[in-house]
Amino acid sequence: MSFINKPKVAHPSLPTNALGLTRRQYEGSMSTLCAGCGHDSITAAIIEACWNLNVRPEQLAKLSGIGCSSKTTAYFVSGAHGFNSVHGRMPSIASGANAANRDLTYIGISGDGDSLSIGLGQLVHAIRRNVNMLYLIENNGVYGLTKGQFSASADIGTQAKRGDVNQTPPIDPVLLALSLGATFVARSFSGDKAQLVPLIQAGMRHNGFALIDVLSPCVTFNDHEGSTKSYTFTREHYHPAMEADFVAPADEIAVDYPHGESIPVRLHDGSRVILRKLGASYDPTDRSAAYAFIEQKLKQNEYVTGLVHIDETGSTEFHTLNKTSTVPLNRIPYEKLSPGSAALEKLMGRYR
Amino acid sequence: MPSLISAPDRVNDFVVKFANVNGTGSASANSLIMKAIFRMGVPVTGKNYFPSNIQGLPTWYEIRVTRDAYAARAGRVDIMVAMNAETYTKDVREVVSGGYLIYDSTWPRSALLRRGDITVIGVPLAQLVNERFDGVRNRILLKNVAYAGVLAALLDVDLEVISDLMSESYGKKPKLLDSNTKALRLGYDHAKQHLDCPLPLRVARMDRTRGHIMIDGNTAAGLGCVYAGATVGAWYPITPSTSLMDAFKGFCERYRVDPATGERNYAVIQAEDELAAIGMVLGAAWNGARAFTPTSGPGISLMNEFVGLAYYAEVPCVIFDVQRVGPSTGMPTRTQQADIMLCAYASHGDTRHVLLFPANPEECFYMAVQAFDLAERLQTPVFVLSDLDIGMNDWMCRELKWDEAYRPDRGKMLSAEELAGLDKFYRYVDRDDDAITYRTLPGVNPKGAYFTRGSGHNQYGGYTEDSAEYQVVLDRLKRKFSTAAKYVPKPELTGKGDSKIGILSVGSCDGAVREAIDVLARQNIHVDYLRVRAFPFGLEVESFLSLHATIFVVEQNRDAQLRSLLTLETAVDKSKLKSILSYSGFPMSCEPIVDVIRATLPDAPRLAAVTAKSTR
Repeated sequence: MSFINKPKVAHPSLPTNALGLTRRQYEGSMSTLCAGCGHDSITAAIIEACWNLNVRPEQLAKLSGIGCSSKTTAYFVSGAHGFNSVHGRMPSIASGANAANRDLTYIGISGDGDSLSIGLGQLVHAIRRNVNMLYLIENNGVYGLTKGQFSASADIGTQAKRGDVNQTPPIDPVLLALSLGATFVARSFSGDKAQLVPLIQAGMRHNGFALIDVLSPCVTFNDHEGSTKSYTFTREHYHPAMEADFVAPADEIAVDYPHGESIPVRLHDGSRVILRKLGASYDPTDRSAAYAFIEQKLKQNEYVTGLVHIDETGSTEFHTLNKTSTVPLNRIPYEKLSPGSAALEKLMGRYR
Repeated sequence: MPSLISAPDRVNDFVVKFANVNGTGSASANSLIMKAIFRMGVPVTGKNYFPSNIQGLPTWYEIRVTRDAYAARAGRVDIMVAMNAETYTKDVREVVSGGYLIYDSTWPRSALLRRGDITVIGVPLAQLVNERFDGVRNRILLKNVAYAGVLAALLDVDLEVISDLMSESYGKKPKLLDSNTKALRLGYDHAKQHLDCPLPLRVARMDRTRGHIMIDGNTAAGLGCVYAGATVGAWYPITPSTSLMDAFKGFCERYRVDPATGERNYAVIQAEDELAAIGMVLGAAWNGARAFTPTSGPGISLMNEFVGLAYYAEVPCVIFDVQRVGPSTGMPTRTQQADIMLCAYASHGDTRHVLLFPANPEECFYMAVQAFDLAERLQTPVFVLSDLDIGMNDWMCRELKWDEAYRPDRGKMLSAEELAGLDKFYRYVDRDDDAITYRTLPGVNPKGAYFTRGSGHNQYGGYTEDSAEYQVVLDRLKRKFSTAAKYVPKPELTGKGDSKIGILSVGSCDGAVREAIDVLARQNIHVDYLRVRAFPFGLEVESFLSLHATIFVVEQNRDAQLRSLLTLETAVDKSKLKSILSYSGFPMSCEPIVDVIRATLPDAPRLAAVTAKSTR
């Protein structure tokens, strides 16, 4: 993410990752969002996470639908292929892309309008299918590009900039994902980079569908008094329940966590997420308990944040269930795909 | 009105129609008879007229025994096997004068089955079966086999051929084979003892089916996808396209599973709807897999938005539209060609698409492969417009052959090495002056990275709202469509090309047109025939239109969609184009074509009416 066009020359003193790349090399084109937009902070967190994970830019696929959030795929990792598809339909593009090449890392960026209204059907089915991807919702409660209509995540009683009060109940993506059996569910806040970066890293390494709902205030249409998605409101009602630290496979755990307070979860690729409990008796591996806790806190107007649920068994991941070839389908040579002329001749017997 | 004249020699030239109840297992008995006749070397066609229902509604199956190998539905019924009392009235009326009706005489003959000019044959089928077999379901199923036995005797179908077919079907289930064989003999022996066998309408061995198979278009198209190297199929179930994906999946289970590891070299995804199905296809194709979706009209309506994206962002994909009767839900189990305009211009904005029109299952197979090659070469969606008649009925066609030398045409796709050698890659720059640009796949080389988008973009792949930059891309897409005209399958010309009258048609009308041409020729009316096999139309279509004074455009829809497309996309004077339309939902027969052409030509020799008006 950049606000000005900077020359792509790296200063020798800039730190590099294991691939010898600087953070600058994970940036994208200049953001065209409003100054102060929460989405730009999320973009910065994605850049940091990709740099930390030593992601090869060409091994990353960035997918989105339509809306302010969906524009952001252009603002990070310009060396990755991007696909800005149609409104609400990124999940199907991601599902097909992942079916064809299981080796890439997929990041889908969506918004509350894109995911919870027009694209709700595709979102829930991508969760059911457990497509291996990070699915990040930049959630601000309004439609920005069409100038401030409520979205399906707007809370009851929240006030629009022009004074309308929302009366229809919101769809909470975290509760939705939990109810559908999602295997990685997190919530965060665009203003909390320290929490967000490890969540993104863990989500990218999770073997299956990883949903992160990021509260990301819209400075232009939803940052006023009376809004429940403003910076002020979010900061005041923000309830971190479970911090996650991401540990890459090669790294030793340098920090000691007090026994009983931390839960290490081993991810598919050998990396680990260390979950640190901030609440008293929270168990992120217990889906029903997580659901009840989040729902109860929502009633008190509190957003539970952190990695609220994880199930790393991975047994329902799309390719695992499909028994897809470990060699990505798009790389299998034609000779292995065609049954050949002799097989066809033999097959003809069935129709004679 | 039924035809009044039956040709004297009716050996290997007649129509048997079976009136059944849906869900009673009649389909297998009916196809048993058809396949047996085919194996006796006699050409046949089979048309299934079934309801949108799983059990209980009337259903019909029509077998045309056709020594001249006509592929069309015949507009008459010579023998009616009336097994559904609910449709007696309709069924008895359909039989031609001098024809036959077979009914189950277990119960007293219905007053509805009274007609002086046909022979009504009663066989106590239920009684025969109930005396020898137990179980309600079993009796229902075996009654069908019993009437197959009766027909075998009446039509002189070789019983041994039928036995062979049954062994092939039930070889691994000896109990089933035994009961089916007994039921077959039951009907056969009863007919031999009590009826005058065979009828004048009968089967005699020929040698006209060698090198041929009986196959439906959906199976052939699914097989074509396997041979084309497609690895990702995404779909939402819809009649009449469902069996295409069933076939693909079945063939993949046979040919695409690694015997050592059990790993699958394919992915079939049942999507939540057609919007997602086409999205998955685009995602997979964007990643370089050959991907497709089979659907029908309502699915195409839903896919429109993504089709526009694929056109504009230039993502190759293959869409099979097995057309059914519209508008809206229409009649899902009836056939039509009414999606031509919908597909040609699918999606909002200026879009035009490549369409392929198979006329039979054989072409479904080869065109499936061609569709993937064209889609990748042209980097655009390609529609294969089949229909229910081609897709779900068994057609006699030549055996499918495969050329081992075939390799997929991946089009202009840059490899990692080619990208490494490039100074800079731009996705939409027309480097070769053929309006087709170079594409790259994710994961290959960071130099190939670009942004695929449906929003306004310039030739460098960047977002734009600049009119000139936008138009550069849009104008190139128009030129690309002209390039497409050079690569798509050429139309097929029949005739010397010197007649003043031409017939231009498409897809499954082919059989009816060919038969009509023969009938007209016997009446000294000679016509040329051009079957278009693709859109955009090429020079051959233009010249056919300009060389003929009158062109009859034969198609199966109400609004003359092919004719409209010709007037929009060629230079033809539209007053030269006369429509012959069939949109009843039944496959076309030759009669309407013959009738209209004869009626339009006042000078044409007036011969005794050999053909009668279609009964529908």
